[in-house]
Amino acid sequence: MALNSVVIVGAGQGGFQVAASLRQEGYQGNITLIGDEPGLPYQRPPLSKAYLLGKISATALLFRPEDFYTQQNIELVHDQAVAVDRNNRQVRLASGRSVDYDHLVLAMGAHNRPLAVPGAEAQGVFGIKTKADADALAPLVKEARNVVVVGAGFVGLEFAAVAAANGATVHVLELGDRPMARAVSREMSELFRCAHEGWGVHFDFRQGIGHILTEGGKVCGVETVEGKRLLADLVVYGIGVIPNLQLALEAGLDIDNGITVDSTLLTSDPHISSLGDVAAFPCIHNDQKLLRLESVQNAVDQGRAIAARLVGKPAPYTALPWFWTDQGTLKLQIAGLSNGCDSTVMLGAPESNQLSVLCFRQDQLVAVESCNRPGDHMAARKILARPPRLTPAEAAAPGFELKVWEAANRD
Amino acid sequence: MPTLTFIEHSGTTHEVHGEVGQSVMQAATFAMLPGIQGDCGGACSCATCHAYVDEAWVERFPPAEGTEVDMLDNVTERRANSRLSCQLVIAEGMDGLLIRLPASQY
Ligand SMILES: Cc1cc2nc3c(=O)[nH]c(=O)nc-3n(C[C@H](O)[C@H](O)[C@H](O)COP(=O)(O)OP(=O)(O)OC[C@H]3O[C@@H](n4cnc5c(N)ncnc54)[C@H](O)[C@@H]3O)c2cc1C
Ligand code: FES
Repeated sequence: MALNSVVIVGAGQGGFQVAASLRQEGYQGNITLIGDEPGLPYQRPPLSKAYLLGKISATALLFRPEDFYTQQNIELVHDQAVAVDRNNRQVRLASGRSVDYDHLVLAMGAHNRPLAVPGAEAQGVFGIKTKADADALAPLVKEARNVVVVGAGFVGLEFAAVAAANGATVHVLELGDRPMARAVSREMSELFRCAHEGWGVHFDFRQGIGHILTEGGKVCGVETVEGKRLLADLVVYGIGVIPNLQLALEAGLDIDNGITVDSTLLTSDPHISSLGDVAAFPCIHNDQKLLRLESVQNAVDQGRAIAARLVGKPAPYTALPWFWTDQGTLKLQIAGLSNGCDSTVMLGAPESNQLSVLCFRQDQLVAVESCNRPGDHMAARKILARPPRLTPAEAAAPGFELKVWEAANRD
Repeated sequence: MPTLTFIEHSGTTHEVHGEVGQSVMQAATFAMLPGIQGDCGGACSCATCHAYVDEAWVERFPPAEGTEVDMLDNVTERRANSRLSCQLVIAEGMDGLLIRLPASQY
């Protein structure tokens, strides 16, 4: 079937990538990129770090300048998709407009899990998802004296580092017993805990937030579930995200924690693909089990894969997951998935904030977490891209270096 | 607006407009240049923006340090003038900057 019009819902990292890659692949039909945020498509990672610190400009957030969309004939529509009519292959928009598609790509991303405690609607309480959030937050961070961060995940800790660098007293409340517990090894959590404490960040583990204390509609503190009170003129929460599934639910697509797709990123409707934060895909690095990832790599590589399929080059999606987070002077890079890891080998020196943790599952290398050891991360990406033969015993040998092993073990 | 020249591995030449203060990576991706990807958006985390700075221009940029040096250790076909172009900021007087691209970013 000739493909004359591709419609993409969600103009974020993944949706943008599909549009750009389609043109790079030589696709000449119509592309309609529908996004409900104002302005041009932009990247989110700097919102909780470089952009908030004022290190990069708003222009540097943009994937492309405005004339790119006209030159490449990509119609950027600022509107919200409210329904998908699969029988007539039409997307209905909030403005009342309908857009016909030959192929539809769902890239709606996710929204922040709301902070469901009394007082959460007070002024001075923020989640960070959009440029608008960061723009509202930036001037307040400079003035804030007492900051409470709820959740010691990536975004919360990135923000904690920014607030501490701005001179605020920062408390992080976390239900778990260590930072980034769901994502990294104990060894790596420990390094980050020590580093943050060195920057003046205080952690309260196994502490949930009970409610937010307010004064004249503004936040003035928080009270934990156990009744501990903390002063706060700014509260930022990062307690996970919820995929934006409503459109797909109402359209009757298969859903399992995300929009379910097959190994080529097609949904249960062959005219609809999905990717990024909103999609659950069978991952070869996860025993083919469905996985929903929230990362730039995932959105970008999946966007490229969908574009390639749409121009007639289908291939199973097999890219190795990788991720980074920048917190203060620390850059954490993760290659692979550490699910089910049962033994680790450490390289480097945690006391100098340089550490790589090699994660093994049944003696098979499954992931490498690197803090300020980008060379290890790059080598790990190459090693993990093929079934790696590195054993824990080899890795634990004195003088072992990932880079050297990688160079010696190329096919 | 400085004009930058990029030469692809195949020899194809592109003239690209850059802004002072912008990174060379962003100037390249804004112009849809094939061969520079910039997946991490300039966070020095992906090494898909590897490029060779023409010898005559190398000294115009502060030398690579820290993360960039380590990332460069692992790029394909590293040379003495290899840089991650997201770390190169376009400054006044850089009209004519000449950049060559590697065969592949992987
Ligand atoms: C503060 C922050 C920091 C991050 N830092 C990192 C990092 O350091 N490293 C990393 O790898 N990842 C990071 N991420 C994650 C990364 O940005 C996301 O995984 C990525 O943006 C996902 O891309 P996506 O296209 O799936 O969703 P998004 O980029 O979120 O785009 C989805 C878009 O769809 C729009 N939309 C939703 N519903 C509709 C509708 N019905 N109609 C029209 N438009 C709609 C949304 O408003 C949004 O603009 C960060 C995320 C945040 C929020
Ligand atoms: S753009 Fe990712 S390292 Fe330069």
